[in-house]
Amino acid sequence: MKAKSPVIWPLLGLAALVLLNAVHDLGFLKITLLDGHLYGVPIDILTQGSRTMLVALGMTLVIATGGVDLSVGSVVAIAGAVCAVLLQGGHSLALTLAAALGAGLLAGSANGLLVARLGVQPIVATLILMVAGRGLAQLIVDGQVIIIKSPAFEYLANGFLLGLPVAPLLVVALYLATHLALRRTALGLFIEAVGDNETASRFAGLAAARIKALAYIFCGAGAGLAGVLAAANIRAADAYRAGENMELDAIFAVVVGGTALTGGRFSILGTAVGALLIQTLTTTMYNLGVPPAIAPVPKALLIIGVTLLQSDKIGRWLGGLWPKREAA
Amino acid sequence: MCAELLELRGIGKAFPGVVALAGVDFTVRAGEIHALLGENGAGKSTLIKVLTGVHPADAGEIRLNGAVIRPGAPKEAERLGVSTVYQEVNLVPSLSVAENITLGRQPGRFGFLNWRAIRRRARAALARLEVECDVDAELGSLSVARQQMVAIARALDTSARLLVLDEPTASLDEKEVAELFGLMRKLRAEGMGIVFVTHFLDQVYTVSDRLTVLRNGQLVGEYVTADLSRLELVGKMLGREVSDADFTSHVAAPAATMQPVLAARGLGRRGAIAPVDLALHAGEVAGLGGLLGSGRTETARLLFGIDACDSGEISLKGATVRVASPRDAVRLGLAFCSEDRKAEGILPNLSVRENLLVALQGKRGALRALSPAEQVQLCEHYIKTLRIKTADTETPIKNLSGGNQQKVLLARWLATQPAVIILDEPTRGIDIGAKQEIEQLIAKLRADGLAVLFISSEIDEVVRNCSRVLVLRERRLTGEIAGAEITSERLMHLMAGTHE
Amino acid sequence: MKSAATARRDAGPPIFKRQLPLFVTAGIFVALFLTAAHFYEGFFSARVFISLLSENAFLGIAAVGMTLVIFSGGIDLSVGAVIGFTSICTATLIEKHQLAPELAWTLALAAGAGLGAGMGSLIHFFRLPPFLITLAGMFLARGAGFWISTDSIGINHALYGKISAYEWLFGTAAIPAGALFLITVLLAGYAVAHHTRFGRTLLAIGGNEQSALLMGLPIGPAKISVYAVNGFCAALAGIVATLYTGSGNPGMGLGLELDAIASVVIGGTLLTGGRGHMLGTLLGVLIFGTIQAAILFDGRLSSWWMRIVVGALLLVFILLQRFFLRRK
Repeated sequence: MKAKSPVIWPLLGLAALVLLNAVHDLGFLKITLLDGHLYGVPIDILTQGSRTMLVALGMTLVIATGGVDLSVGSVVAIAGAVCAVLLQGGHSLALTLAAALGAGLLAGSANGLLVARLGVQPIVATLILMVAGRGLAQLIVDGQVIIIKSPAFEYLANGFLLGLPVAPLLVVALYLATHLALRRTALGLFIEAVGDNETASRFAGLAAARIKALAYIFCGAGAGLAGVLAAANIRAADAYRAGENMELDAIFAVVVGGTALTGGRFSILGTAVGALLIQTLTTTMYNLGVPPAIAPVPKALLIIGVTLLQSDKIGRWLGGLWPKREAA
Repeated sequence: MCAELLELRGIGKAFPGVVALAGVDFTVRAGEIHALLGENGAGKSTLIKVLTGVHPADAGEIRLNGAVIRPGAPKEAERLGVSTVYQEVNLVPSLSVAENITLGRQPGRFGFLNWRAIRRRARAALARLEVECDVDAELGSLSVARQQMVAIARALDTSARLLVLDEPTASLDEKEVAELFGLMRKLRAEGMGIVFVTHFLDQVYTVSDRLTVLRNGQLVGEYVTADLSRLELVGKMLGREVSDADFTSHVAAPAATMQPVLAARGLGRRGAIAPVDLALHAGEVAGLGGLLGSGRTETARLLFGIDACDSGEISLKGATVRVASPRDAVRLGLAFCSEDRKAEGILPNLSVRENLLVALQGKRGALRALSPAEQVQLCEHYIKTLRIKTADTETPIKNLSGGNQQKVLLARWLATQPAVIILDEPTRGIDIGAKQEIEQLIAKLRADGLAVLFISSEIDEVVRNCSRVLVLRERRLTGEIAGAEITSERLMHLMAGTHE
Repeated sequence: MKSAATARRDAGPPIFKRQLPLFVTAGIFVALFLTAAHFYEGFFSARVFISLLSENAFLGIAAVGMTLVIFSGGIDLSVGAVIGFTSICTATLIEKHQLAPELAWTLALAAGAGLGAGMGSLIHFFRLPPFLITLAGMFLARGAGFWISTDSIGINHALYGKISAYEWLFGTAAIPAGALFLITVLLAGYAVAHHTRFGRTLLAIGGNEQSALLMGLPIGPAKISVYAVNGFCAALAGIVATLYTGSGNPGMGLGLELDAIASVVIGGTLLTGGRGHMLGTLLGVLIFGTIQAAILFDGRLSSWWMRIVVGALLLVFILLQRFFLRRK
């Protein structure tokens, strides 16, 4: 018997939510073709959820090594600010994107250095950039909300390619690339090994510190790209609000997606589903007429429920209620 | 004085998957120092934890001064008069000496602490031990020996009648040990019962009145220290009587003129092992013998680059090499099976396949990934040749039995095709059948031309498998025997330090 | 013969010779204050010093609770949201339901402490990571706050006017109510941290939980209580905030948890627990206030420098603690 895929739970949750919405309003599932472009609530969810998906991708790897990165929201703001300033200065799109990505890489390297090399606790290490990063973003844009007037840049977040929205396409491509990079090489195995038992991994000859640092750098890069999408989406760099609570949504997506906070086994597919689940939840709230400010409440309840289900103690209780059938 | 202060009868304790104690009796009299001895896994720590209420017993009864007690928590045991100083000093290094002595029972009024009284009480506790110490010093700033004294002061701050010292001398130097012994004798004279856990035989004979030996969770016996010879004691600890039929090694040694594959000169680390010279040849199984705490594992860790040595050098096939990390060691063709399978060996939630291939993959680097076909082929090969019992290659390794986990770990290293393999207690905690299979495997590795460094507490295993044995005692290399010289009796003499 | 000084020292908690971070913090505060006084006319005055306390009263009150949580090796990210929740809750109860302020305060304090105790129980009984549970708590409290009202509500009760107009004359200096609240809470926090078994137990748990267990200390009750106490402090900070602004606002205290954590760490308390001093937290809040006041006095410096400087100080202190501990 093959072990049940951990993706099954978030997938069921997502299906239940979609069903609930469809029952409430059949139009929820409707996708229309307008001017050769797809429109509809599911497309909106994909587009709006693409940023969280991107940040959660890197977060998955960081959490898989047994860490966490609280600074991603600030990095999103920094990258958006870098884009706005460079585009305003008349620089090319390519340079702008490279700079935003570079800012993310730099931020990730700083976190990686603190965690992997200096041995600072991940929460503590990434807290520094979480606090200072938003200030840096505001410094870059000089406290202004800079309007971006670049159709090519906006296309990244709001454009369509062959009738499909670009941002989700980009993110899906990145997920695929990451999947291949992790599973076709041994990187995925190394990350899971380090997260599962760091000492044993080191004793088996793995460069545990380097692998951990790499996860933070990748996470920073992902946040940088998410910053580009966030700025392109609203055609402006808002250093105050961009990426706000993004770290929470990303961590939630990872946890809901079945990757344990203690590290080890990870599932980027699960993370993608988790991110969509959270976005759908937000959209559902909106559809039900719940003010957006209250949306955090069901999120909080969801996360408490999921972590409780994952905790050993509850597992033992439930195990007692439904005795496991012995696999023959 | 001869009153039975503490009586444990028929104590049993099981943890999921292991029986840690089975029907153990243990008696301590008032006014005696009673040594508790046994090799790894004998059940010493569990017995102490049962006694102090950390792990309540499943079976049996505990009597203190004749009355049955059932301590359910450390605090309760303390209240009943059983105080413990644990192996690693279990105090809070960031608090002051005075606080560490009184924490949890600080004097005070209306909920507020009376710092003056706390200090007074701490000073009094230290004065009783005749220890000079600033009670306001931060505990972490003191030497380990001093911290140990503070821990004892804490234990005596209650009205303790029984003091348990769990390996208190492990990190003390000679002078500090002498000081501690002076203190123990003083307390004995005051009528206190002292349980002394140690693995230094010299110390047992210096200070203890009687001793109890445990082995594999069972009672071996209780003896008057002066009546039991050192050699007999080692025999009891290792589960062999001196009068037993004496084994002789029949393992052929390789030609002596060959250049060693791995050689260490003056390799040492302060506090772990005095500088040792050793050489391993292709096609030999060299044993590293010695009792627990003699420096066997420490030597292996230095060779494999886990701990940094502070003297000496390592050479591989004649060339001096730098082994600064396990990663270096693996790339040079070394392999190391740790004695602590759970903490340092398995990746519990990953599959048998991943556990088996992780070292080889690490050696190849992330980019040269083994193809799925190669992975399956390698796994099936090792599962077959090592007879690993697993449902399939994707089963998480934590679901396998100890013996099969150990075989997967051996396969992990064999897959890297090492020149040298260090096996630290490879047969611990696995069943008889798997033990034999692992011994057969070791013989095969030797025949294949590997150099094997074999570490074991089982004296018979060492005799059966090794063509040469290096014996460590109290953290230094004290002897080397080879070929027909290897007999269990001679080994025991070397380990006990009674060979001259 | 003991001198009077030794006798006095004998009656208080121990001051270690190596209480290095505390002295560094004190040094930094004095240097900052004097530098600001050198550059800005009128900075060096009792009025400015008192305003440091009154302007940061609710931050300081929250930081006191946070200090206790961090002592125990935990962290609480929900305090900012709890401040927002209690502020709007109090305002609604007084204005919409005509409750007496005293009763409204009691209810708000009970709610804060109750939420804290709930989070503490989850953290202790199910061994869930504090940062995740308190993140969920943050979502919960923030959402609940907006649920009550999305707009800020002004409070026009006579008692409010009386309290906010109150000033205690200390010589020539007039100390406003906010500062008095802060001083009271700080004194209480100091007493709890350094003169009760509870406070010392928290430090022991943060220093080495395993040791604390073997020493027979009541770990569970202490851990649950400390989150309850922190929730209480956050609620109190929310109430003080309503006094200060004369209104309740569900968005109040946004991101304040980071400022509180930063103040505690800059105050020399080890973020991993087990080592620290309540006096340090006072200094941390004063440093925080001084930077803010200096930026305000300058007029040319922008507000985001605040975050950057605080982040830099966090980095310095975390590295300092790292090397300080490693040297041993």
